[in-house]
Amino acid sequence: MWIRSKPSWDYLSENDVTPEAIFKQRRLIMKGLVAGGAGLGTLGLPSTANAAWFSSDEPTQKVMPLKFKPHGNPPSDSLTPESKATTHNNFYEFGTGKNDPANNSSHFQPLPWQLKVDGLVENEVTIDVEKILAMAAFEERIYRLRCVEAWSMVIPWVGLTLKQLLKDVKPLSGAKYLAFETLYDPEQFPGQENRRLGGGIDYPYREGLRLDEAYNDLTFMAFGMYGKTLPAQNGAPLRLVVPWKYGFKSIKSISRITFTDQMPQTTWNMLGPSEYGFYANVNPGVDHPRWTQKTERRIDDAGILGRTRIDTLMFNGYSEQVASMYKDLDLTRYY
Amino acid sequence: MLSNAFLHRHSLWIRITLHWALLLPLVVSVFAIISSAWGGDPVQQLIHFYANWALNILVLCLVLAPLSRRFKRPALIAYRRLVGLYVAFYAFLHILAYLVLDLGLDWALAFEELVKRPYILVGALAFLILLALTLSSPQLVRRKMKRSWLKLHGFIYALSLLLPLHFWWSLKSGYIEPLVYLLILLGLVGLRTRQFKAWIGSFRS
Repeated sequence: MWIRSKPSWDYLSENDVTPEAIFKQRRLIMKGLVAGGAGLGTLGLPSTANAAWFSSDEPTQKVMPLKFKPHGNPPSDSLTPESKATTHNNFYEFGTGKNDPANNSSHFQPLPWQLKVDGLVENEVTIDVEKILAMAAFEERIYRLRCVEAWSMVIPWVGLTLKQLLKDVKPLSGAKYLAFETLYDPEQFPGQENRRLGGGIDYPYREGLRLDEAYNDLTFMAFGMYGKTLPAQNGAPLRLVVPWKYGFKSIKSISRITFTDQMPQTTWNMLGPSEYGFYANVNPGVDHPRWTQKTERRIDDAGILGRTRIDTLMFNGYSEQVASMYKDLDLTRYY
Repeated sequence: MLSNAFLHRHSLWIRITLHWALLLPLVVSVFAIISSAWGGDPVQQLIHFYANWALNILVLCLVLAPLSRRFKRPALIAYRRLVGLYVAFYAFLHILAYLVLDLGLDWALAFEELVKRPYILVGALAFLILLALTLSSPQLVRRKMKRSWLKLHGFIYALSLLLPLHFWWSLKSGYIEPLVYLLILLGLVGLRTRQFKAWIGSFRS
């Protein structure tokens, strides 16, 4: 459905956007890299050091406003501030530190982008993300995001259900699982080549869902958050959002989806099978071997001292929509 | 430069400088939080940062004796206690950040985690050692403890193993950083094989 009315936040038009060339030049001057822009550069400090210390290196990537249908019946949880959701990320392709993705992704180019869908389907397709951004009738979904590390956020995503995105791809009867892959491009993702930066993961990052999970109404493909296209550190230009599973299932910057009859290999499961299962459903009854999953730290607008732990809910509070898919599964064994 | 005479004569200034230098990580962490330089939720970063500095300073502490021998600067030994106390200081901040910011001072949860998670138990053991070394660091206590003081402070060798182990075990993935610390610390223990053997020997008989 097309929403043509202009939402209140959409007061900037394309004309208000600083031309990219001027914007980039300004960044270069501030970094002291342009002749005559004698500034910090002349002090002999490397510009990256300045950036890290003063955290003033605004990204050169730009996020664009999106049109979407607002979330009809939003949850009562208060939203995580955008500034926190975009500076506290696990995206080891840009480094293992929580703020590494925001700091190391300023030159990431999310567009043009192709998503290849193949495997056991009637129609293999290549989806052009720019076309989706121009044409799709997006909706907003405000979801809780529960990280396996026991912190959580509440984020307004903008996108489509995965089911809608894949509506032209007819799975063959043999298809039981979907395998997802993050783009492999060490030029753009320095952590993919550097073991220290990338945390020793075997790239590309891989994830998987069962077919019924992939076609559940909650399973969402986000192209944006907070009303704008995704920043690189949050998985630009498109990422999965599976809100009843731990965050690592919600794979970022996806370049390929393969329908398969085998349970796909998934990155964290390969790395630590006793700690990260294929299902990875949020479950306060099954601890991570090294920490509790009974409670979580909700990242909201409170300062670090004002934050208390809240109870973690089964399926992250989405039991009504998803519990029936697992009624015959021993969730202690298949964590 | 930095002759023994210099090191003795300017002892006060060297101590003041050392205090400032060793407090710098704390200052950096406070500024990083105030300026949001560590992102939206610096809790894990903070816990990790203090632990890293405890390890860095342990390396510095263990490097003083070999340096003093190699460059014939016995005066350097006098700064070992000061440096060593900062290892305990940052280990304390590390645990404080974990208990207050991560666990939200939920003592029942803290106890449960201690019992259930071996790597936390290893960390707690290491902290008990550091606590014992700290409490026995005043000259008065040292004199009273006589020979057993050396025996107690030999546990710094155990720390060289326990701390990288705790670090390694706590990681979600990767091993390079704790491995580097482990190799450096074992190397530094290797430079004092004689003292190490004597320490082990002190438990026999």
